[in-house]
Amino acid sequence: MAFQKIQNVKVVGVSACVPNHIVDNSKLEMLGTPKDISKFIETTGIAKRHTVGSEKICTSDLCFQAAEKLIEDLNWQKKEIDCFIFVTQTPDYILPSTSCILQDRLGLSTDCFVLEVSLGCSGWVYGMATIAQFLTSGNFKKGLLLVGDTVTVTKSDRDKSTYPLFGDAGTATALEYCEKATPMYFQLSTDGKNHKAIIIEDGGFRNFFSEESLVIKEREPGIFRNNLQSYLNGTDVFIFGITKAPKSINSLLENFDIDKEEVDYFVFHQANKLMTEKIRKKIKVGPEKVPYSLDEYGNTSSASIPLTIVAKLRDEVTKNKKKIVTCGFGVGLSWGSIYFETDSIICPEIIKYNLNK
Amino acid sequence: MEQKFIDLFKETLEIEDREIEMTDTFRDYDEWDSLGLLSLIAMIDEEYDLIIESNTFQTLETVADVHNYIKSKTV
Repeated sequence: MAFQKIQNVKVVGVSACVPNHIVDNSKLEMLGTPKDISKFIETTGIAKRHTVGSEKICTSDLCFQAAEKLIEDLNWQKKEIDCFIFVTQTPDYILPSTSCILQDRLGLSTDCFVLEVSLGCSGWVYGMATIAQFLTSGNFKKGLLLVGDTVTVTKSDRDKSTYPLFGDAGTATALEYCEKATPMYFQLSTDGKNHKAIIIEDGGFRNFFSEESLVIKEREPGIFRNNLQSYLNGTDVFIFGITKAPKSINSLLENFDIDKEEVDYFVFHQANKLMTEKIRKKIKVGPEKVPYSLDEYGNTSSASIPLTIVAKLRDEVTKNKKKIVTCGFGVGLSWGSIYFETDSIICPEIIKYNLNK
Repeated sequence: MEQKFIDLFKETLEIEDREIEMTDTFRDYDEWDSLGLLSLIAMIDEEYDLIIESNTFQTLETVADVHNYIKSKTV
């Protein structure tokens, strides 16, 4: 198992930006009768979602506004940011890397180290592990991690197995080199054998875009999508999540001798409530330690962990010291957990995307 | 154990208006859907500490098939 202990790095701020457009699942006819709808909302925990809708908003746009606000509130000088990592699976273009575009748009130095990582639901965890590795040596002093997705763009509105679950969001996390920082601990895993459990088949270089990619087919009774829209094997991913996430968290705690009782919050990737409640029960922690942003934002892929911190723990993390465990799991399949401590970090209220900026 | 399993099965699929039988083909229930399947997998994991993979689950047709499979794996 891949374990990492990282010294000398501290989290100093987190922010999140969501689109203004809201989809209300209680009014979603595709879910069936009113009874079916209330059962869906009760089981998944997903009542509403912020989505880009018909606006041409990219992940980079949401992350840009999250970053601008965080940098301003931190009183950081942009030229001081010497390490920038962008994590997404919904980039602006196939090439160039969106991280380069954001470097320019944010006004970061051309001498800033810039990198893009392609991961989904585990993306924030891997982004944190990566940026922490770059900062730990002291070669870089200020790191900016932007993580987000606009996954709703990849869902078919005639696929009730995926469409009602997802929302869009962009987040920013700021980290600094700090010799007094308490260590951060990581556990990271991958199983590519099941890479087809969540997949967009066409449009990459394995199956290049063709006319055939646009043909909408009925895949299962009542489920329609084309090959540019994402497939999700709900059963396999559910089994994966409830098996791997608890193991990841338990092995992290055990390997680094972390007392579960001392941890203030366990922030899970917001997949759906059926899955995350199962994970919570398996690691035997009370509901008061497990915040949810699912009800308002749905599953926002890589953004879901920092979005939940901003949406639900803002008061706590801005005023106090907190010990937090997070766990991301999903597309890849890829999963991992982090233990880290925060001490009165900067955490602005959730930013509603401003179309005029 | 059999009655307990039937009760859990009913409760998981939220069947409230009737009794169910071990010989029932559960995919024919009005209440059966993909969320029901996930809830059932979660219930079996919780109650019997057993994860039934989806390929295996597809081969099980009646309530008794599921019950027998659990017995064969947990004895």
